[in-house]
Amino acid sequence: MPFDPSRTSGSSRAPYYGILAEFATPADLYHACERVRDAGFTRWDAHTPFPVHGLEGAMGLRRSPLPWIVLGMGLLGAALGFVLQWWVHASAYPLVISGKPYFAWPAFVPITFEVGILFAALGAVFGMFGLNRLPMHHHPLFRSKVFERVTDDAFFISIESWDPLFDQSATGKLLESLGARSVEILES
Amino acid sequence: MAQTEADLLDTPVAGRPTLILRSPDFHAITEVVAEAVERRTPIGWWLFFIPSLALLGLLGVAVSWLFWEGIGVWGLNVPVGWAWDITNFVFWVGIGHAGTLISAILFLFRQKWRTSINRSAEAMTIFAVMCAMTFPGIHVGRVWVAYWMFPIPNQMDMWPNFRSPLLWDVFAVSVYGTVSALFWYVGLIPDLAMMRDRAKTRTRKLAYGIFALGWRGSVRQWHHYETAYLILAALATPLVLSVHSIVSMDFAVSILPGWHTTVFPPYFVAGAIFSGFAMVLTLMVICRTAFRLEHIITLRHFDYMAKIMLVTGTMVGFAYATEFFTSWYSGNPYEIFTFLNRARGPYAWAYWTMITCNVISPQIFWFKKARTSIPILFVLSIVINIGMWFERFVIIVTSLHRDFLPSSWGYFTPTIWDISCLLGSFGLFFTMFCLFVRFLPMVATAEVKTVLPQADPHWQPGPEREIRDHRAARPAGGPEPAPEGAS
Repeated sequence: MPFDPSRTSGSSRAPYYGILAEFATPADLYHACERVRDAGFTRWDAHTPFPVHGLEGAMGLRRSPLPWIVLGMGLLGAALGFVLQWWVHASAYPLVISGKPYFAWPAFVPITFEVGILFAALGAVFGMFGLNRLPMHHHPLFRSKVFERVTDDAFFISIESWDPLFDQSATGKLLESLGARSVEILES
Repeated sequence: MAQTEADLLDTPVAGRPTLILRSPDFHAITEVVAEAVERRTPIGWWLFFIPSLALLGLLGVAVSWLFWEGIGVWGLNVPVGWAWDITNFVFWVGIGHAGTLISAILFLFRQKWRTSINRSAEAMTIFAVMCAMTFPGIHVGRVWVAYWMFPIPNQMDMWPNFRSPLLWDVFAVSVYGTVSALFWYVGLIPDLAMMRDRAKTRTRKLAYGIFALGWRGSVRQWHHYETAYLILAALATPLVLSVHSIVSMDFAVSILPGWHTTVFPPYFVAGAIFSGFAMVLTLMVICRTAFRLEHIITLRHFDYMAKIMLVTGTMVGFAYATEFFTSWYSGNPYEIFTFLNRARGPYAWAYWTMITCNVISPQIFWFKKARTSIPILFVLSIVINIGMWFERFVIIVTSLHRDFLPSSWGYFTPTIWDISCLLGSFGLFFTMFCLFVRFLPMVATAEVKTVLPQADPHWQPGPEREIRDHRAARPAGGPEPAPEGAS
């Protein structure tokens, strides 16, 4: 669909979500992202069927804080695993089995490790869900018919209407000038 | 296309191997993978599913009878208190390891060929762990107190013994099952979204949509997603090595000759990867033909897998030799007797089956013709899994059946219920795998698309369709304008 700014009102606070532009190849998208980044937009995103190598750099994204969440969860899990074993065998119910000491820390290593890994993995998955705001089954992007191909072979840039630099006419023209195959306005 | 598959194996483009043949575009990958799920159920699927379901029913009957009557229905008795139950457990856990090796370890080593097979190998891992967990669960005799294995106090306010390898094993296998399922699900999310976006019916859209969590392929999401995937791979790698190490400690921490040996952890891990790759091969040979995925799962993939099997099979053979050397060098008559008894005693038939299947048969993989021949690969993958099942049987039963005193020697013979439980576990495994290939995309399309040449953001379409290094291409052709104001 060719871009037609007359379809909406002229206010930058318009009650629509933003503009969606489709690009033909990962290479086109990559260079368009570099331009949108350098133009200074902040409330925007790119959408691809698979992770395109280096695109987070072209978009100017910072490193994910996820590793710190995972580290914290892993250490918490390992500590819980170790303390549980110490508490059971040395404090709550001391019992001699096979002549092993109550506080047999070398024998506690495997379970400490396993519980640490379990917590770290849960932290990685649910931390990622949290950072990505998943699950989110409703989103204005899903109203677009062309966006259904985002999981197949289409590459998009979406710029939200509440970006400070957003101007529906100029932003749409910018995306067209970057080689977009089609540009459309997204209702919110 | 004039070139044959064999030619393409030897003509890497721009110094990189061609992983996906016939140069498909992104949409072709989506089509071939999604079509297998969306088309009407083929008759061939029922031909696999119905026998699998029948065997699963057999497992239900065998386990019910076991619960009703007690573990005496198996051929267990003093001195052989562990036999097929624990053999099956170790066998199935081992099968799972190849899936994690492919999905996690090969990911860390940036082995891009893994993308064609990782989804189905991970599914195999999860189903194999399900089969494995069945056996410790049902072998305890009094199943109503199986919760004594959980880290909670029982009705006497007593806790399980955390200093015992048997409890380490409960933790290792259950954490392994959980992390494998999480890893698999995270990998599935983009493909579930693909199935959602293609869905023609409301039911499909809803079913895939719920589990796709509203994934919209946003690069801000991919950014955290890829970090999570990398971390999960980094966590699963030491985890998978720990799991079979801890399984081996069920034996190695005891003082029984034949079990009490420090070579067990690495030896078990190598054997696990060996048998798991054999199972991946068995499944992939069938799937790639049944679902016309020959251009995605290529002979190159089989070539690589056969090389890994050659390495791990030879490592296992080295471990068998090490065990004999250690027993001789120990000077302990019981140790020496146990190993001579393995090779020459009443279970010599099992021992030599193991050696033939596991050490001798994979040596054919020194030859490239064998590594790229589907019939040889298929037959050997089954032979190797028979051998690996016998390895666990030999370790467990031959070490037990001749106790320290000849007065307490015995010979284990399986009953019909031992056999039913083993066959039934295959029923469980193949039922789950059939359901998987019917309802879920069996190839990770989002990952396969990344290994196509045009996925590279510096790729330019040309008559040769080759990857050009962008630093080299710019001064030569210069079709790519330098981004203005790029920092």
